[in-house]
Amino acid sequence: MDAKVAKKLGLKERYALMTRGLGWDTSYQPMDKVFPYDRFEGIKIHDWDKWEDPFRMTMDAYWKYQAEKDRKLYAIIDAFTQNNGHLGVTDARYINTLKLFLTGISPLEYMAHRGFAHVGRQMRGVGPRVACLMQSIDEIRHAQTQIHSMSNYNRHYNGFHDPMHMIERIWYLSVPRSFFDDAYTSGPFEFMIAIGFAFEYVLTNLLFVPFISGAAYNGDMGAMAFGFSAQSDEARHMTLGLECVKFMLEQDPDNVPIVQRWIDKWTWRGTRVLTLVGMMMDYMLPKRVMSWREAWDIYFEQNGGALFNDLARYGIKVPACAAQAAIDKEHVSHQAWAVFYQYCGVSNFHAWTPSPSEMDWLSNKYPNTFDKYYRPRFEHWAEEARQGRRFNNATLPQICQVCQIPMFFTEPNDPTKICYRESVYKSEKYHFCSDHCKAIFDHEPEKYVQAWLPPHQIYMGNCFPEGVDPTMPGFNALDEVLKYYHINKGRDNGEFVGSEDEKNFSAWRELAGKN
Amino acid sequence: MSNVFIAFQRNEETRCIIDAILQDNPNAIVNEQPAMVKIDVPGSMTIKRATIEEKMGRSFDLQEMQIHLITLSGYIDETDEEFNLSWKH
Repeated sequence: MDAKVAKKLGLKERYALMTRGLGWDTSYQPMDKVFPYDRFEGIKIHDWDKWEDPFRMTMDAYWKYQAEKDRKLYAIIDAFTQNNGHLGVTDARYINTLKLFLTGISPLEYMAHRGFAHVGRQMRGVGPRVACLMQSIDEIRHAQTQIHSMSNYNRHYNGFHDPMHMIERIWYLSVPRSFFDDAYTSGPFEFMIAIGFAFEYVLTNLLFVPFISGAAYNGDMGAMAFGFSAQSDEARHMTLGLECVKFMLEQDPDNVPIVQRWIDKWTWRGTRVLTLVGMMMDYMLPKRVMSWREAWDIYFEQNGGALFNDLARYGIKVPACAAQAAIDKEHVSHQAWAVFYQYCGVSNFHAWTPSPSEMDWLSNKYPNTFDKYYRPRFEHWAEEARQGRRFNNATLPQICQVCQIPMFFTEPNDPTKICYRESVYKSEKYHFCSDHCKAIFDHEPEKYVQAWLPPHQIYMGNCFPEGVDPTMPGFNALDEVLKYYHINKGRDNGEFVGSEDEKNFSAWRELAGKN
Repeated sequence: MSNVFIAFQRNEETRCIIDAILQDNPNAIVNEQPAMVKIDVPGSMTIKRATIEEKMGRSFDLQEMQIHLITLSGYIDETDEEFNLSWKH
């Protein structure tokens, strides 16, 4: 006769015992002193036990699956490197998307690690603490695996050499950096809405899904591997963000207007940051998976729409900025690439004009806007470059005080007119790219007046290497700024056509079939 | 009714998971993209351990899906036997 074995615990029981069952309330010190930050934002929590972690992942299972993900990742990275995989990508222009990713995204993964470690420490509920702990570990894994994977490109191509230095200095990198600084300096609940909900749930699909699928489509097994490995954690992150928003809304009706304000703010902040991704999808991937506009339709309008339909039962409305975003989706990628084309002399990656067939693809994907507003400008620049007059803009752009993007966005009702807004605070004037960035500033001016705006800082003389004297004869401001950025002029930056990357890539590929 | 969706990396394990989802959710819409597969289902989706095990020919823990997941949409309810996604509450 079989021995009677005690039945193995079910998933729900295991999770309850291994997370909730391990928490306790402090007795030597009052809980309010141990957790000083989870009340000041005005969010009212009556019962932390109502928090549900839908994945019910326990730490032992977490380590097991994460280890397997890393083993898979490194097997692919090794194979890719051993096989000179970098020569298998569609063309060398593609590699510029990786430079943008390494300097603009990977440092944010590290900041997300710090942010979730902090929030996990500050939330007194056991469910969110465990989920934030896992996410914090995930995020540092992402930063490390991305840097590790892309270090293979650093051996062959320019502009990959100093991402952590660049994120704190280069003009366009202040866009993603200020986004995270803004989130990280918020209270724990706002951080959860900013990163966990608006970024991870509403917007992350727009970054990772097309990026990874795009990397695969362009033959980059290395980026595909780290992208997939990171993305396999994202489903858990998205779920944490969604659970957090639902939890706040269910705990107290007074939380609803606070949460609504954060959703409005962070949906817009994230939408503006993703302009960079739009540009990458429409202009930087030699083989395109889908247009930015198509991705926006699927992941923001349809999927975000489903989510907001569901949240309506709590009184949450679709953020007001969604209407402007629905107009902007046909414009922003073109406007952003035009700016990077003009300013690639101060970036760590190359820019180029789209080829005639790429312009036809853009016409087809953007029938309402591309031919009318953007094709003539790119054709003009292509012609200028053919005549030996490649256009580089030497005047620093004005940038928005909140999103820190150069003022290139147009009026929602007039794509031929740049959108300018301004507010006066303590007798100083501040400038914005949109009504939504202005509204964010007007609500918290003390926070945003402190913004470190790269063009302003250059004009103030704060972006030259130490010891450089701008009054010396022969002083060249641009050269000194590039040194301060750690950009090697003429190698890391400027026009793609004729660049060292372009030459090396074609020479190496040529050699691949010869002895 | 809004769609829920789930997306996986395309590989040998997910081929079986996707076959199982298609069998258990007759309204599923499959969308194949480079290196990934996205499955949409109106309203709700059920992923059953037993069906996946039958397709794979081995025992399977639903949490193993974590290794291959790319993204999803909807509220999750997970037990040892089933992984459910829905917009119902």
